[in-house]
Amino acid sequence: MPEPKQIEEPMLSGWGRLPVEGSEQISEDLEKITRGAVLTRGLGRSYGDSSLPASPNDSVACSRLANRILSFDEKTGVLRAEAGLSLADLLAVFMPRGWFPPVTPGTKFVTLGGMVASDVHGKNHHREGCFGAHVRSLRVRLADGSIVECSRADHSDLFYGTMGGMGLLGHILEVEFTMQPIPSSWIVMESERVANIDEFLSALSQSAPTWPMTMGWIDCLSSGRAMGRGILMAGRWAEPSEAPPAMPKAPHPHTMPVDLPNWAINGATTRLFNTAYYWRHLRRRAHTVLAPDPFFYPLDAILQWNRVYGSRGFTQYQCVLPREAGPEAVREFMARLTKLGGASPLCVIKDCGAEGRGTLSFPMEGTSIAVDMAVSPQIQRIVDNLNEFVIAAGGRIYLTKDRFTTAAHFRAMEPRLDAFQALREKWDPGRRLKSAQSVRIFGDRE
Amino acid sequence: MKVAMLGATSGMGRAIAQRLAARGESLFLLGAHEDLLAKSAADLKARHPQQRDCRYAQCDLEHPEQFAAALDAADRALHQFDCVIVTAGMFATQAALEADIELTRRLLTVNFANTIVFCEHVRKRLLARGGGRLVVFSSVAGDRGRKPVALYGPSKAGLATYLEAIDHKFHAEGLSVLCVKPGFVKTSMTAGLKVPPFAGEPGAVADQVIGAIDRRRAVVYAPPIWRLIMFIIRQLPRAIMRRIGI
Repeated sequence: MPEPKQIEEPMLSGWGRLPVEGSEQISEDLEKITRGAVLTRGLGRSYGDSSLPASPNDSVACSRLANRILSFDEKTGVLRAEAGLSLADLLAVFMPRGWFPPVTPGTKFVTLGGMVASDVHGKNHHREGCFGAHVRSLRVRLADGSIVECSRADHSDLFYGTMGGMGLLGHILEVEFTMQPIPSSWIVMESERVANIDEFLSALSQSAPTWPMTMGWIDCLSSGRAMGRGILMAGRWAEPSEAPPAMPKAPHPHTMPVDLPNWAINGATTRLFNTAYYWRHLRRRAHTVLAPDPFFYPLDAILQWNRVYGSRGFTQYQCVLPREAGPEAVREFMARLTKLGGASPLCVIKDCGAEGRGTLSFPMEGTSIAVDMAVSPQIQRIVDNLNEFVIAAGGRIYLTKDRFTTAAHFRAMEPRLDAFQALREKWDPGRRLKSAQSVRIFGDRE
Repeated sequence: MKVAMLGATSGMGRAIAQRLAARGESLFLLGAHEDLLAKSAADLKARHPQQRDCRYAQCDLEHPEQFAAALDAADRALHQFDCVIVTAGMFATQAALEADIELTRRLLTVNFANTIVFCEHVRKRLLARGGGRLVVFSSVAGDRGRKPVALYGPSKAGLATYLEAIDHKFHAEGLSVLCVKPGFVKTSMTAGLKVPPFAGEPGAVADQVIGAIDRRRAVVYAPPIWRLIMFIIRQLPRAIMRRIGI
């Protein structure tokens, strides 16, 4: 039978581009290709270097073709599938049957394995927590080659460590989690134009009790009294009486055909876009019924949209500031961000619920801000500067988006790091599992 | 249709199985690895609830002694299949084959001798029940002796010749043979190779193959452009084939 072989293309990159030398093995037989691999990656949608090899000789497994659904219980919603199953695939199969994943990130081009490794959160974090909160069981290949099943009851330390563990405790082979029944395949959305950051924070907290899904887009170039203005979006699943009778049409995404030049996204074009996007929302408040795709995955409408940043690549800075730091911290963060520049049209704000059980899981009770930034010579300085603020405020950053945080800064913002490293010591004492990110941030040997 | 599939756990075979299951055809899976068969059968059931029971049996093209028992199992589960689809096969690069004579022997045995032996088992069963369909994946690599597929190509050429011959000989008795000649298709089998122009996706190839089965075609190139490409390549004089790298 065909043997999987090395990809000849010698480069791999994350969603933010910036390729590194390396190759991946791909096969329907994930158990085979994870044997001896140092890392498993899915669809490569993490922005930074989480899914990249530390050295070109490292063997990286790609789970994309191992995407079988192994079981589904129509009564309980419990689904078990291989780690390479993409959310897009899952939705195509189960939305027409009235089921939706309990948590979804902002793109459906991610795998279940990636969703566990990043312990992804979504617009419903304040209600449902992270994806990991809905995972019942994981099948994991350990660094020594053995395969274990872990859950809240069995090997619970491995189970919780793997949630948000960036694939560093073991290769995720299978994921079992609980799907949620949905009343219809449509979303009711209320959107509201918000004049500044203070209004934003109070609008988010006012929406949280009544709306299961909330998030906001921020014009991160506005300053002064309008600083942090934007659009708040709150949504819930439509009841059958509110929903159109038909299923939503399958989306037909366009593909970004070329890299835009590096100057395409700059201060002026971003300002133009942001102003237009803000005032396009003419009425202060709007009520719409829309398909899940434009609500959850607006950017998936353009495949390869990362090419708009050009060949220089980009990164996303995402942090969460704890509730105790108060609205002043968010305001100050926005002021700093605006002043540092480097911001792009995409800036998203979300209030997070309580911290999950994943050892290194990102969200904590507070406010999360995510902003895309083109890579420029200033990027390290900007990230360092923002990180210093986040550390002082008691917050932290999201590894899945990160490419530039220093080891020292991560340690300073992550009191749970020692616990995670202890887990690695237990489950992978030889530190065979590693990524470019773990070398950069955890100090693994290259 | 009641379809037994050899090779439905990966690539184009898997894409065909998904589409047939969606159409409500009854499937039985044959393959080399029991664990992958079990997972693939479960996947078909989970994705297509109308596919109540998809069973499987081990059948490795490297082990011809398994063929009869595996086909018996398929017959029992399907109450006599009327269609068999063979997508399984072996691939290795010319460089790898030249460097490893044992690999060459294995590949030639699997793709040529053993695949034909498997097809003979199927042919006899189908003819005994008045006919049926036999769908087998050869390759455009068999259409002309070419440098990059100097060893893989002949294994598929021999297979294609066999398929043509049994079509001539047994068509009147009700045997409908389809020889599929894929060009470069992006699957795990070709992962690692440089993707040439006109490369196909497994899903599109699967649609094309199912269309060809429905219309009882004898040969199908997939993607279709490869029929033209191979026509041109077949016309090239030897002096040119010696010089160029295709």
